Amino acid sequence: MFLTFLTFLPLAGAIALAFLPKGNDSIIKQTAVGVAAADFLLSLQLWFDFDPTTHAMQFEFSTPWIFSWGISYHVGIDGISLLLFVLTTFLTLISIIASWEIKKHVREYMISMLALSTGMLGVFISLDMFLFYFFWEFQLVPMYLIIGVWGGPQRVYAAIKFFIYTAVGSLLMLVAIIWIYILVKEQTGVGTTDIIYITEHLNTSLDVQKWLFLAFFLAFAIKVPMFPFHTWLPDAHVQAPTAGSVILAGVMLKMGTYGFLRFNLPMLPQACNEFLPFIAVLSIIGIIYGALVSLVQKDLKKLVAYSSVSHMGFVMLGIFAFNQYGIQGALLQNLNHGVSTSALFLLVGMIYDRRHTRMIDEFGGLSKVMPKYAICFMIIALSSIGLPGMNGFVGEFLILLGIFQVNGLWAALATSGVIFAACYILWMFQRVMFQKLKNPKNFKLPDMNMREMITMVPMIVLVFWIGIYPQPFLKTFDASVTHLITKVDPDNFRPKRMQDQHHAALIKQDDLARLTKKLQGKNQ
Amino acid sequence: MEVEPILAPESIDLVSIAPVLVLTVFAMGVLILDLFAGKNKTLLAFVSIIGLLMTAISAFAKVRLPAHSFNDSYIVDNFSIFFILIFTFSSALTILISIDFNKRENIKAGEFYSLILFCTVGMIILASSTDLIMIFLGIEILSICLYVLTGIHRDHLKSNEAALKYFLLGAFATGFLLYGMTLMYGATETTNLIKIAAIIKAGGVSSEPLLLMGVVLLVIGFGFKVASVPFHMWAPDVYQGAPSPVTAFMAVGPKAAAFAALFRVFADTLPEISSFWETLLITISILTMFIGNLGAIMQTNIKRLMAYSSITHVGYVLIAVLAKDTLGSSALLFYMLTYAFMIFGVFTVIIILGRKGDENLEIEGYSGLGFKHPVITLCMTVFLLSLGGLPPLAGFVAKFYIFNAALQEGFLYLVIIAVLNSAISLYYYLKVIVFMYMKEPVKEFQLSLSPITLFVVTLAVIGVIQLGIFPEPIISLAQQ
Repeated sequence: MFLTFLTFLPLAGAIALAFLPKGNDSIIKQTAVGVAAADFLLSLQLWFDFDPTTHAMQFEFSTPWIFSWGISYHVGIDGISLLLFVLTTFLTLISIIASWEIKKHVREYMISMLALSTGMLGVFISLDMFLFYFFWEFQLVPMYLIIGVWGGPQRVYAAIKFFIYTAVGSLLMLVAIIWIYILVKEQTGVGTTDIIYITEHLNTSLDVQKWLFLAFFLAFAIKVPMFPFHTWLPDAHVQAPTAGSVILAGVMLKMGTYGFLRFNLPMLPQACNEFLPFIAVLSIIGIIYGALVSLVQKDLKKLVAYSSVSHMGFVMLGIFAFNQYGIQGALLQNLNHGVSTSALFLLVGMIYDRRHTRMIDEFGGLSKVMPKYAICFMIIALSSIGLPGMNGFVGEFLILLGIFQVNGLWAALATSGVIFAACYILWMFQRVMFQKLKNPKNFKLPDMNMREMITMVPMIVLVFWIGIYPQPFLKTFDASVTHLITKVDPDNFRPKRMQDQHHAALIKQDDLARLTKKLQGKNQ
Repeated sequence: MEVEPILAPESIDLVSIAPVLVLTVFAMGVLILDLFAGKNKTLLAFVSIIGLLMTAISAFAKVRLPAHSFNDSYIVDNFSIFFILIFTFSSALTILISIDFNKRENIKAGEFYSLILFCTVGMIILASSTDLIMIFLGIEILSICLYVLTGIHRDHLKSNEAALKYFLLGAFATGFLLYGMTLMYGATETTNLIKIAAIIKAGGVSSEPLLLMGVVLLVIGFGFKVASVPFHMWAPDVYQGAPSPVTAFMAVGPKAAAFAALFRVFADTLPEISSFWETLLITISILTMFIGNLGAIMQTNIKRLMAYSSITHVGYVLIAVLAKDTLGSSALLFYMLTYAFMIFGVFTVIIILGRKGDENLEIEGYSGLGFKHPVITLCMTVFLLSLGGLPPLAGFVAKFYIFNAALQEGFLYLVIIAVLNSAISLYYYLKVIVFMYMKEPVKEFQLSLSPITLFVVTLAVIGVIQLGIFPEPIISLAQQ
């Protein structure tokens, strides 16, 4: 029940906002922040009470919902979803604080934000495919409104593109969900959409698995977004208001990778292994392509948007390494990207609020007028590159380690993405912050104010925390990932004589412990 | 099922046709009352609603189901009872929203209400008959009332045009239907659906080509009545020209009735030759979805948009007919019920947004509505998103139901095409939302609100959300 409460608290807050008296925007903002803060603080309780030694679902709650179809309201959380849940409540709070400057239709904006939060939280706790789809589609509407009403000049186009693009993918997923429901009903006689039950009992031929895989793949790949399904992302990001971008990058993209971990890997492991080379290649193309395109962007926000394509390519690559390092790295990188890229969007938003432009060549020498801003930007930019001691490094390192055991060439190509990341971020940083302060409009820019510091400080704390002491985070993933790997391990599907040619094997617990210890040693 | 002797007196069972009788009496009563009622027609409306209520109650007159009567040409079963409830409900809503509309648009004809009641009688007969002749009767009662209702706005050019178009094309379609029935009679020597099914099963068809020809003509005839492609040409003009309450009425009740008959004729009677008509219906369904969607994308008038959107929905519902069996029939029932809520919701909002002399039907006229009248706009958004099939709204559950039924029957490709069409359809529903929320207002809004229209909108919103989040009671009811 606690999970349900946490999930629907923002929605309840949104409904309450609708009844607040007119004309007093600050009360509306304060209520919204209050609700989001309460949700975040309470969700921390989940993390404290979470038992990291088991892969089983925790805080489970289940009650029949549409029992004619065997659909139940079944929620729960495991190591894979826990931190995404907390990240969502955290970023909701941050983005609501960051939208303090919204002037137009404040009440409707905050209602959309809170409703969006409920939709996203629901995705991460659903243990029923129907329920999952329910939330998955539900959160499209508030996001559509946030982009479309409060976005930039091209907002209508971007909002519709975002909506239709995502809807096409998810509708095919709906077909796959019904198909799985029918398959399970035929095989076991139990008509149910329960994810746990289906994961244990679904047993189909490789051909069917492949089709199901493709249907889920499309839905999640569009969300991640993987190359070549990423074209909605730059439009949506550039047009969305700052908070919209933060949520989009910080949480929504994670729903895609989460979907892979919850559906494709455990339910269709054989197809996953079949498609592994294709996905790896697409991810690597995404990593390099995203980085190269970022390099030539003139618009700061577009640059960050394309860098997301690159970073999410890393996450996908890590997931499809099918070993402990890779998946743990991917999960950690999920969080890292949520923190770093969201922070980058916040920073870009701050400068946009001041100058109403995001063109890189409008700036230059900002570090002289806005020293605090420059320092924050520096830290976040470096974390995004993956400098040791910061969060990006740990995640990327684990992913590369994982993928190296599968294929050395892939690892080498992916590593080049890290180098390109350094190029585009540092070059951008140089052009914006250093060089000569020559544009007169920049002479008198005010530095970050208190409210902006409040949104930025927690991000920076997280950057260093994950970078220096990632153990608490890795520990939460541990048991769930180990369990997941026993399902999807390539060895399960490989003819026995080929075994010695491959290195990707189940990695034991103590191996990981040694690695993390090594990492910490290096960082300290 | 026991076969009763031919022309046995006990086959005349007045209890089984209680809904038809009650409603006919009320319809005639309203006509007579009109003579004394004077200028104010509100009284007629309320008498009609009481009549519809009584009809709904009398639908449960038969205790033992299914009950056959009149030489097996009339049936009372759960399927028909559920449909009678949908009909009476949608007719009652039509009457409610037309009270204010008729005052505003100066439609003074008292027979308006009585025509709606007669039309409902036709629908009930259509949904309950198991005989081709009865089906024909039902369709004719329904259609003739609709032709008049379409043109009831006498001093309105568009309304007249629509009525004429509808009448000519409708008469044409009736011809096809009747011809198809004749050929079927020729092939099986009976018009009774139950007997036809038995004869086909036993292989007693005198001429296979004759039967198949009959089936093709029936498909064409029904295709006209439900407005499926390529027999949909009349729909946009008629939907646009008819008074808004009549348009809503037309989009729900008569269509549902035609689908009920379609289901009885094809899925229940002709499963033996399903491979033949399945191909036909699949083709029609796919065409209907695509052409409906493509047509809707280009519309700038909300009523025409809704016409094309309803064509698309016909395509989805045809999938339910194709799915056959109990799952198919219950999916059909559930879909029509949710569709009633959504359509009446949308059209009531359309009526509210118009005012005397300016119906405000161009979508552009909705610009900036969202922040001027947030509650009404939110309701409209809910209806449109539900039509687009988004959770947590009823439209999603209804679509899920149909897709589920069709996949169980193995229509994978059809379902994939249907979901892709759902995605396309989102585009034009979103377009309306874009105007309401994301454009600056172009003019002042003057809503014509009244307690009755507000009540209908509230009812529709509750229905759409309730059926979307807690559909269980209705689903288990539909599955009986």
